[in-house]
Amino acid sequence: MTSPEPMLRIARLSKRFGAFTALRDIELSIARGEFVCFLGPSGCGKTTLLRAIAGLDPQDEGVIELAGRDVSRAPPAERDFGIVFQSYALFPNLTIGDNIAYGLVNRGRPRAEIDRRVEELLALVGLPEQRRKYPVQLSGGQQQRVALARALATSPGLLLLDEPLSALDARVRIRLRDEIRGLQKRLGVTTIMVTHDQEEALAMADRIVVMNHGVIEQIGAPEEIYRQPATPFVADFVGHMTFLDAVSTGPRGVRIGGLELHVRETNAPAGAPVRLAMRPEEVRTRDLVEGEANVFRGRVGALAFLGAFCRARVEPVQSPGAAITADFSANAMRDLAIATGQERLFGLSEATLRVFPARAEPAAS
Amino acid sequence: MSAAAPVATRAGPVPSGPGARASTEARIGAALVWLLGAVLTLIIAAPLWMLLSKSVQSVDGAFVGLANFAVYATTPTLVAALLNSLFVASLSTAIVVPLAFVYAYALQRSCVPGKGVLYAAALLPIFAPSLLSALALVYVFGNQGFLKGALFGASLYGPVGIVIAESLYAFPHALLILTTALALADGRLYEAAEAMGTTRARIFRTVTLPGARYGLISAVFVVFTIVITDFGIPKVIGGQYAVLATDAYKQVVGQQNFPMGAVVGLLLLVPAVLAFFVDRSVRSRQVALLSARAVPYVAKPRRARDLAFGVAAYVIGAMIVATYTVAVWASFIKYWPYNLSLTLANYDFASFDASGWSPYFNSLKMAAASAVIGATFVFFGAYLIEKLKLAPFGRAFAQFLAMLPMAVPGLVLGLGYVFFYNATWNPLGVFYGSLAVLVVNTVAHFYTVAHITATTALGQIDPEFESVAASLKVPFWRHARRVTAPICLPAILDIGVYMFVNALTTVSAVIFLYGSESKLASIAIVHLDEAGAIASAAAMGAIVMATAIAVKLAHLAIDRALLGRLQAWRRR
Ligand SMILES: Nc1ncnc2c1ncn2[C@@H]1O[C@H](COP(=O)(O)OP(=O)(O)O)[C@@H](O)[C@H]1O
Ligand SMILES: [Mg+2]
Repeated sequence: MTSPEPMLRIARLSKRFGAFTALRDIELSIARGEFVCFLGPSGCGKTTLLRAIAGLDPQDEGVIELAGRDVSRAPPAERDFGIVFQSYALFPNLTIGDNIAYGLVNRGRPRAEIDRRVEELLALVGLPEQRRKYPVQLSGGQQQRVALARALATSPGLLLLDEPLSALDARVRIRLRDEIRGLQKRLGVTTIMVTHDQEEALAMADRIVVMNHGVIEQIGAPEEIYRQPATPFVADFVGHMTFLDAVSTGPRGVRIGGLELHVRETNAPAGAPVRLAMRPEEVRTRDLVEGEANVFRGRVGALAFLGAFCRARVEPVQSPGAAITADFSANAMRDLAIATGQERLFGLSEATLRVFPARAEPAAS
Repeated sequence: MSAAAPVATRAGPVPSGPGARASTEARIGAALVWLLGAVLTLIIAAPLWMLLSKSVQSVDGAFVGLANFAVYATTPTLVAALLNSLFVASLSTAIVVPLAFVYAYALQRSCVPGKGVLYAAALLPIFAPSLLSALALVYVFGNQGFLKGALFGASLYGPVGIVIAESLYAFPHALLILTTALALADGRLYEAAEAMGTTRARIFRTVTLPGARYGLISAVFVVFTIVITDFGIPKVIGGQYAVLATDAYKQVVGQQNFPMGAVVGLLLLVPAVLAFFVDRSVRSRQVALLSARAVPYVAKPRRARDLAFGVAAYVIGAMIVATYTVAVWASFIKYWPYNLSLTLANYDFASFDASGWSPYFNSLKMAAASAVIGATFVFFGAYLIEKLKLAPFGRAFAQFLAMLPMAVPGLVLGLGYVFFYNATWNPLGVFYGSLAVLVVNTVAHFYTVAHITATTALGQIDPEFESVAASLKVPFWRHARRVTAPICLPAILDIGVYMFVNALTTVSAVIFLYGSESKLASIAIVHLDEAGAIASAAAMGAIVMATAIAVKLAHLAIDRALLGRLQAWRRR
């Protein structure tokens, strides 16, 4: 995916606000045409990083290269990007057409050419015939499309989106999500989108940069982030995760109370405390044979009906204190007649179990 | 969008503009910030500095330390004026603030009918020069007044007249502060108190008064400052009763004793500076008083309260309107009080004073220039300070100077201007006495309120607009003209009208600064009154007031049009 010369390269970037360190030692490289999401809880520094890339709030230390050019100290106008904000930031006194043409007029292009370009962009974002309206006359979703068209008008090399969907209704948000992704693919414009919504990031991104407290926790494709979270924070923040206190029993095993489980690998010596992490949807309960590795008897506790699936609390018989969260599809619930108080077999495949050092506290998501 | 037209946009790096341009933009921005600081230094800081330095110099300019202050403190006539000033200012404050509180309470916390009329009546004095209220009193309680007996033999000319006239003049200023203070109330507190069966008197004491406390403190300082620094009223109605403001005038214009004038000016600065700091701390606390979740208090009809406050407010409002009506009426009277038939003769100013109507037109010119120049300059100054992130030190400096005039009474600033423009080393001295100096002085005098108006309007604009403009490589001056200024047009208009009305009515700052070619209407009133042509003085005052009100009404109409037809984008 990474071509010899990345579109954007960031090295050793740090930013402080007074005594508070908002970004620390950020290293990141983004290839041409890539769609990258900055994902993390609110206040973790996503916007700060985006604004540093844009040159709107320059970093204190570090290098930013755009298309091989060092722009670390360049003002925004000398970089090459378009930007879209959560608030749309459309100029209320200009028509939709004039908003989109705002950056074009400045370049002294002939009027007819600008008009043509505006029509083209309006069609591109699915808002033809709207150019004479004012922003207040459009819905939030339409306004955000206009903001997108305005940002794309000058064909920037880099498109920056700061929580562009967060102000919209759930339904509009999902539609616009697909539209933005489709548009980005067709135009091939390198895009960075900031979001705190993990679902959005998983659905849209080629790669996700997970951030927390001003540092990058992990960079990877959505599936990689989901299946192989590098840190307890990522494991907890992306998707659901059950954490259990456990003890290492060797290079490939852990013990929770009386329950022994096989795992891919632990870096901890035998006897060391660790944390075992598992996804609720990876807990199996069909076609299991007692006595096989990672199969155990457990008691079904409280059940929560969540529409397409049920979330259950499962306590292993050999380790009554440990509560495992397990999701079962509506199908499974019906076929197997799962009910509270039942005792049945459960299984965990070793590939889906992650072991983390015991010290690191997973942050609440 | 998914069904959109063929792919039209080609992604890829577009060569960004010539490398120098953006940094040129930053350099121009920083230069403008510093230029703003320099201009503000010239029109605000330098005159004040001259005032300070004059107060520690002898008449011939030698440094004498605090000798002038010692002379002041040991000259009985000067000290008497200080005590007189403190007396009338305290008394006026004691009268105005309670009355304004009652009035504000009627407007904000009762269901008195006709609030718009009450509001307009109370604001009337803002549109007239301060001395018009004094002229009206002369007609009512003066030597030939029809209610002369109501003073029980006391003379109007002296503290009595000053206090009444100042009370009328300062009333709207106190009212504006107190209506704001009473507007901020959490309805939930009242509901909670009532639910607990608290008596009305106790609710007033424990909820209403604490909520308005800061407003009351602020009003006390503002009224005290207005009264103690006002020149027009004591000049017209003070008789032999010397106060600080008239003393400053006598020292500087009469005796050319600049150092002693500077000492008086500094004394006048004290309450204003105090008021400034009190107001600042009060503002910050008043904001914290109301949480974001507060539900605004809405008065429910209650007969006894509405009747009591209604009567009080209408009586006060009627007195204010009556005062100005008398002044206007008297300006049309042939020979008060003996021949009450109507005439326009008093408006033939040329027959009373050689300058004729020219002061009025000078005032119009000066006010129009102050409005246009003031609104433009203040707005772009505020834009530089508020929206550009350049030259942080220069911005802080300019911001400080912009807030300074709030703490400087017009009379004091006027004194500073006299000293500054009279200084032999100052090449700008050639402008002394010109209309240009009057315009600059007026803009500087009313800078702070205008600056706050502009800053507030700018602060309400999405801060990301500048980021978008920067990303689209649109330089800030173009962005300010195309987007920011049109959005802020109502605020710019507000500033212009504020400058215009104040330029028209101000006396105390310009009394030191006018020249033979630039005499203003408000100064003509003083001269006509001195010459004994009181009816003509009232006529000039009436014309000024009519003009100010007309401009304000035009402003309201334009404002409505802006929200409607002229700026269609504001409509949903
Ligand atoms: N201008 C600023 N001054 C001080 N602190 C700031 C400023 N901007 C952001 N911060 C702080 O930096 C941290 C990261 O902010 P931000 O990048 O906006 O977070 P987010 O990930 O939600 O976009 C937050 O703790 C925020 O309070
Ligand atoms: Mg953010």
